[in-house]
Amino acid sequence: MLQIKNLHKSYPIGDSSLHVLKGIDLSVTDGEMVAIMGSSGSGKSTLLNIIGMLDEADSGEYVLDGVPIKNLTEKKAAIYRNKFLGFIFQSFNLINYKNALENVALPLYYQGLKRKERQEKALFHLEKVGLKEWAHHLPNELSGGQKQRVAIARALAANPKLLLADEPTGALDTKTSYEIMAFIQHLNDEGKTILMVTHEEDIANMCKRIVRLKDGVIMEDTKVDQVRAEQYV
Amino acid sequence: MFDLDLWREIFQSINKNRTRSLLSGFTVAFAILLFAILFGIANGLKNTFKEAFGTDANNSIIIFPGKTTKPYKGLQSGRLIQFKNEDRDYILDEFGDNVQYITSKVNRTASVAYKGEKNTYEVRGVYPEYMFIENNKVKDGRYINQSDVTNRTKIVVIGQTVEDDLFKKENPLGKYINIGGIQYKIVGVFTDDEGDSEERVIYMPISTTQFVYGNNDYVDLMHLTYNPEMNSDEALAFGNTIESKLKQRFSVARNDQRAIRIFNMAQGTKQVDIMTSSLTVIILVIGFGTLIAGIVGISNIMIFIVKERTKEIGIRKALGASPRSIIAIILLESIIITAIAGYVGLLLGVGVLELAAPSLETYFIKDPGVSNSLVVGATITLIVAGAIAGYLPAKKASQIKPIVALRND
Repeated sequence: MLQIKNLHKSYPIGDSSLHVLKGIDLSVTDGEMVAIMGSSGSGKSTLLNIIGMLDEADSGEYVLDGVPIKNLTEKKAAIYRNKFLGFIFQSFNLINYKNALENVALPLYYQGLKRKERQEKALFHLEKVGLKEWAHHLPNELSGGQKQRVAIARALAANPKLLLADEPTGALDTKTSYEIMAFIQHLNDEGKTILMVTHEEDIANMCKRIVRLKDGVIMEDTKVDQVRAEQYV
Repeated sequence: MFDLDLWREIFQSINKNRTRSLLSGFTVAFAILLFAILFGIANGLKNTFKEAFGTDANNSIIIFPGKTTKPYKGLQSGRLIQFKNEDRDYILDEFGDNVQYITSKVNRTASVAYKGEKNTYEVRGVYPEYMFIENNKVKDGRYINQSDVTNRTKIVVIGQTVEDDLFKKENPLGKYINIGGIQYKIVGVFTDDEGDSEERVIYMPISTTQFVYGNNDYVDLMHLTYNPEMNSDEALAFGNTIESKLKQRFSVARNDQRAIRIFNMAQGTKQVDIMTSSLTVIILVIGFGTLIAGIVGISNIMIFIVKERTKEIGIRKALGASPRSIIAIILLESIIITAIAGYVGLLLGVGVLELAAPSLETYFIKDPGVSNSLVVGATITLIVAGAIAGYLPAKKASQIKPIVALRND
């Protein structure tokens, strides 16, 4: 699914520069559910952003689903993001003046689908996350868990190959976090490849593999026994 | 770029952020409002200038004969120049293309009586074309026509004042009045916007006047209007050509100022033209200045909007929005807000002008208004302005890196 070799990234800070990723090697196969862990500043979010084509590496190789991701124009990046990737963010990042349905339909709009088709697909995904009745509510009328579920529905709408989650439970209480995790596990069971950044051990343990980052390098990469989230719900 | 979904996106964005849209529209609306009012007032001033020259056709040239003051070709000075009917034909033959209407004129003053009433009026022997030159309007009956001239019929058309003076209760049409001892049938009553002095006049076919007052083909003066498509410079040149041709025809020295005199309205028209065109330039400069201020204003607000929507744009990009679609959204929003706001401003401006028009007349501003072509022009300008105002912010928005936009706040 994705191969990364010797990835480097640094950010300029004033006159000097901050070396955030110092040679990352990572490969993820289809159907995996990987947690990327690390303290803040370890480079985990940067790695996720590069994988998500929201940011570009300085050097190194990155191949996603057989496509080398390098020197992308903005337009190409937009097409790849739309085709390959679904994003789930810590702060949900729903568009606040669009209702749940419209938010979910947005990636489909950028895929160039017809309005009716978009509405149908979006509604289908909303139903999947259990929010069909909330389709016409604005984000600020939804609870945190509901917002994240809308965001998940949106990430799924374009049927991406890879789901990227940046602290998906970071803004939620424990109970809601587990609900969301149960849902994400479900998606993984159905075969979606999932990559998430988290700094919570319990959440990481609900994945199948944990990659620990420290100071821009991978310290540890282990497979774990997945803890099912359902039991806590 | 012009699919329905895009428009839906834009109207949703405008609608959901009403205050923001209203604020950005306000500057433009206000700029256009000022522009329309300024333009209208300028138009009003122009109308006042034009009116100051009366309602006679303002493309008139009047040719008066006089006395020579210089000997020429063996002829003595002090010779009287006499126009005749044939001179009108001569002008028509020579300059037919440049002449719109032409009439010869014989002016007399006569005492006029009807039943008990009696008064003295100016009697003018003219051709039917005179109606258009003087801008007379026939109130009742008809004007002089060509067959009157051919047949020397004894008919007259009287001014409204004459009617008021002599016909207290009766309808003058078909009645006979006594002018200098001869009975003439009244066939029409005319009015003239210039008022009383021009309505204290009686018109008669020129041939009749010539027959009654001297039985000759003498003409007192000639009055013509030039082709209105000529500009004032061409018209002045045309007047000069007529003058020199007539001087040749009557063997008058070229530098003889008295023998044949030309009064050319183009002289005044030219001055008014210069005045109004400089006024137009001033108004346009002020107007475009205001418009530019409006564009800068909306551009500023669009930059602010882009800043405010940075996160949204980041989300859209993360979901697969191309830079082009981001530009389209911002640019079209800017264009729509500018166009709608500008149009509202224009309508308000026209409304204000309509309302204020009557009270402005005391300030020499008559019929202020904006023309249709200005409205169309302004609309196009607005769309262009909206595009200019929106372009930089839109470009900026398209360059927003989603990573920056989505950084956790």
